[in-house]
Amino acid sequence: MKIKNNINAAYFFLAPALSAIFIFFFIPVIAAFIMSFTDFDIYALGDLSTVRFIGINNYLKLFDDPLFYTALQNTFYFVIMAGPLSIAVSLGAALLLNSKLVKYKAIFRLSYFIPVVTTLVAVAIVWRFIYHPKFGIINYILSLVGIAPIDWLGDTATAMPAIVLMSVWKSFGYNMIIFIAGLQNIPEDLYEAASIEGATGWQKFRSITLPMLAPTTIFISLITMIGYFQFFAEPYIMTQGGPLNSTLSIVQYMYQEGFKWWNMGYSASIAFVFFFIILLGTIIQLKIQKSTE
Amino acid sequence: MIKKYLLYAFLSVTSVITLIPFIWMLGASFMFDGKASVFPPIFLPDPFTFTQYQILFERLNVWRNFFNSLILSSMVTVLYITFTSMAGYAFAKYRFRGKKFLFNLLLSSMIIPSQVTMLPLFLLLKSMGFINTYMAIIIPGLANIFGIFLIRQYCISIPDSLIEAARMDGATDFQIYRKVILPLAVPILVTLAIFSFLGTWNDFLWPLIALTDDSMYTLPVALANLMLEHTKDPELMMAGSVVTVIPVIIVFLALQKYYIKGIMMGSVKE
Repeated sequence: MKIKNNINAAYFFLAPALSAIFIFFFIPVIAAFIMSFTDFDIYALGDLSTVRFIGINNYLKLFDDPLFYTALQNTFYFVIMAGPLSIAVSLGAALLLNSKLVKYKAIFRLSYFIPVVTTLVAVAIVWRFIYHPKFGIINYILSLVGIAPIDWLGDTATAMPAIVLMSVWKSFGYNMIIFIAGLQNIPEDLYEAASIEGATGWQKFRSITLPMLAPTTIFISLITMIGYFQFFAEPYIMTQGGPLNSTLSIVQYMYQEGFKWWNMGYSASIAFVFFFIILLGTIIQLKIQKSTE
Repeated sequence: MIKKYLLYAFLSVTSVITLIPFIWMLGASFMFDGKASVFPPIFLPDPFTFTQYQILFERLNVWRNFFNSLILSSMVTVLYITFTSMAGYAFAKYRFRGKKFLFNLLLSSMIIPSQVTMLPLFLLLKSMGFINTYMAIIIPGLANIFGIFLIRQYCISIPDSLIEAARMDGATDFQIYRKVILPLAVPILVTLAIFSFLGTWNDFLWPLIALTDDSMYTLPVALANLMLEHTKDPELMMAGSVVTVIPVIIVFLALQKYYIKGIMMGSVKE
């Protein structure tokens, strides 16, 4: 860089954004970490002097808390079901839209993508009625093939799968766009060479498309996993975490402990376990990425 | 040929299936009470009515929440673009001590989920008297690392010679940023502006925590609250959902090119 350097100007440009991030992001992260070692509760809100350091007691309590395990289990169940399903659907949609046979791609792409930009709370409410046991569209469609009405959101066995289906519908369009970009980056002559050697469509998909898409797929897995791990509004709106806590998510449990019961110290320890799991997942995915390169 | 028609048929059917929730939402929002709670479900309102919207805006004062959402999303977007564009430009074109360290620190902090900050942030804003005010939403939205990163990437591609030429003409650092950099960076700024606007408009968890009064709620929080009292009024709830969703769909349709580009840019950063 040859441009004349004015240090003061650099600091002037950086100061607003960096001070905002420092004061309202970094300091709260550190404060949350410290809080997780205290018994910060509703009394502390009124009188800070009641706060005491209690070491790792919050974390010990957490590992003895059946509701925490339930939330953790639900969250993993959600991520493991919705993640791969969403990736598969988005890859399928991307492959179809990338086909040379198709014109008017923009229209199809748009209708697949609309759910992504719309407000989660609003569409979760719509889906609540779509899953309605008496009048819902889903049960109507099932009734056409003779299946008796199912109380989707009211049954512990079906509530989470119902939320999974809605979440896949809401977000597959996002990954589809990234997959389309990935597909367009695969050199055309690879396919031509394979065709000359008589490869079938499936063979081309297996030995050209999938390997060439590997970096894209890893990236998508990572952002999908992180995004789904934070799910909150879906159960909050559709089931309130029920029935019998079968859809209670980690973030929802953190929210309840922290902002409903004001057990903020305890809630902070949930937040850090949550962060730790995301961190671990990211490291694993990055390791996989390194090994594929 | 047959393959082609099958493909079109499949794409059309799945597109319609994807849109069915919206079609039903729109239809039900124009129905009288109870008309959407029938079996089999109907999609077309007969008779057609604006009753639900009237209840929503006249009795439930949802226009307050609509304006809260609109004002907050606009204000956050303007400030966010200003803050991140300045910082992104500085990271791209200036040399200063600790730049590399600072930048790497920011990059690696992108992994920290915002939920981790919420408890202390609530207490901090409470001590400043900002809880249940617009400031509670604006302040955490002022800047984020992702935006700084994206703008930096974009500014790096702007040739130094343009900056040099402006400096020769006697432009100050701020004038260069304002008159040279910003106009060139419009595409990335539009992209980030859409992300910021839609992100603020659609956000739920933080507004749910930081806004405590009906009249201060943004649309999603107001809607979630309404849902608790009107579980049995699908027609009214659908009107509320339409009001919430239509503005984001309009913004998206108008600027979708930039939005789609933004997703692709975010995805190649690794």
